[in-house]
Amino acid sequence: MRSRRKARAAAEKKPAALTLRLAVIAGLAFLHIPLLLILLYAFTTEEKSYQFPPPGLTAKWFAAVWERPDIWQAVGLSLKVAAISTVVALVLGTLASAALWRFNFFGRESVSLLLVLPIALPGIITGISLRSAFSLAEIPFSFWTIVLGHATFCVVVVYNNVIARFRRTSGSMLEASMDLGADGFQTFRHVLLPNIATALLAGGMLAFALSFDEVIVTTFTAGQQSTLPIWMLNELVRPRQRPVTNVVAVFIIAVTSLPILGAYYLTRRGEHIAGGSR
Amino acid sequence: MTALALEPMPRTSPLRRLSGVLYRHPHLLLLALLGPPILWLGVVYLGSLIALLLQSFFSIDEFSGVVNREFTLRTYGELAHPANLDIIGRTVMMAAAVTIAAAAIAFPIARYMALHATGRTKAVLYLLVMLPLWSSYLVRVYAWKLILAKEGIVTWVFDQLGLAWLLDGILAIPVIGGPSLSISYIGTFIVFVYIWLPFMILPIQAALERVPASLLEASADLGAKPRQTFRKVILPLAFPGVVAGSIFTFSLTLGDYIIPQIIGQSRIFIGQAVFIHQGTAGNIPLAAAFTVVPIVIMAIYLFGAKKLGAFDAL
Repeated sequence: MRSRRKARAAAEKKPAALTLRLAVIAGLAFLHIPLLLILLYAFTTEEKSYQFPPPGLTAKWFAAVWERPDIWQAVGLSLKVAAISTVVALVLGTLASAALWRFNFFGRESVSLLLVLPIALPGIITGISLRSAFSLAEIPFSFWTIVLGHATFCVVVVYNNVIARFRRTSGSMLEASMDLGADGFQTFRHVLLPNIATALLAGGMLAFALSFDEVIVTTFTAGQQSTLPIWMLNELVRPRQRPVTNVVAVFIIAVTSLPILGAYYLTRRGEHIAGGSR
Repeated sequence: MTALALEPMPRTSPLRRLSGVLYRHPHLLLLALLGPPILWLGVVYLGSLIALLLQSFFSIDEFSGVVNREFTLRTYGELAHPANLDIIGRTVMMAAAVTIAAAAIAFPIARYMALHATGRTKAVLYLLVMLPLWSSYLVRVYAWKLILAKEGIVTWVFDQLGLAWLLDGILAIPVIGGPSLSISYIGTFIVFVYIWLPFMILPIQAALERVPASLLEASADLGAKPRQTFRKVILPLAFPGVVAGSIFTFSLTLGDYIIPQIIGQSRIFIGQAVFIHQGTAGNIPLAAAFTVVPIVIMAIYLFGAKKLGAFDAL
């Protein structure tokens, strides 16, 4: 192992050419500078345009956002939707991953494809098919239609995380628990659950972030209600209050990146953040 | 040992009996585990999807605007209308251009992550690629609205460098240019590349991660120059990863309707066509037929990708 690592380190030294490094730095700058600019714009004194460099800096927009009931309502709706979708996704995702881990059955491949489908197909297809199904079934748009859409694509994130953990869980632990007299539920409660707890937490956080940020499916399933991304989208299409939008953007970055960083630290041991292929 | 054996057996609770039944009949357990997710995804989700696809075989009455529920291929015929073919062609070209650009930018990053970086650097790089992927899509699109605006930072940088004429020249190019970057295909293209870039980096990195260092050494030992090793060893081995990444960039570009709506021209893409037909126009059959287009293109694409071994790199 050690010699291999050494060999690898030796092989690395030669080709890390300057051009390659520059390309990496340029690529990463391209990925991150836009987000940093938003942070800068949240403090600009300019209200009517996206002028760069900002003519002056101020923190007053944060106070302005604080006093906006429409934004708070949108935040509240987004949090509620994300929380409930996450709970649904946790239950369904864990059930599905347990089934696919423990059993080998006819159609197993199709089931795993079905789980990934809502995220593999473009969101617009999921959105429009749910919308037309609601209208065919004459279901009025409501809080629950939003949750239904969100939970559908959140399941796969939980599923990916939990099944990755299951695969590293030895089946003999379950047998040992049963041999010692525990029934299936006790085994789940005392052996399996502690084992997958961090995977559930990580999957749940990612599902929450995904739902909190979702806009494409939501535009089709929301009716008149406005989640935070929908509010944001309206501002993007018809900018009316740029400074306030800038502050909301910073807020969204904070809310979505914290769970992701958390999930990363929970799962980083030897596995990728499952669901990285969203 | 004996003490344990003498302990009275715990009374059998209903839960314990249920557990026993499930243990003896694994099929019931499987049903209990799989039932709820299948009911949700298989019935609600897949059901809606199939219902939508079926509606593409209906047509709309041009005068009353009412959906006529009789099997017909007329709606697909409408899809072949020059204006609609234009939309499809434009979207596919944009998807192809975005895919190629994303691969070009992603490759060095993926290569460095997989073959050069170690330990902490690698973890940080990984995080730097993952963070934009998971952070807000809308906010990242919004960032480009700030950047590409006429009074924004791009114009400012070109001015500072004394290159304002160059930017004006680029914007004057017919078709892809426009009054400002945020109202041009160039802008749409940049934002697409930016948003989907991590989806390209990660599969290439995963593919290169599996290249053993000994292979590169062997190539060098056999007298290959670094350039030759790159062309003959690294590139072919990374190719399935590029194809895997292109599945994401291609499919996501085909289906997106928000980016071209916010940054771009008035001439629309497939996603916008779907949105407009189902919304203001109320023509669900045509909208459904339009959603079939990316599905068919992606099915062909996936078939080809499978042949090229892309799925091993996912």
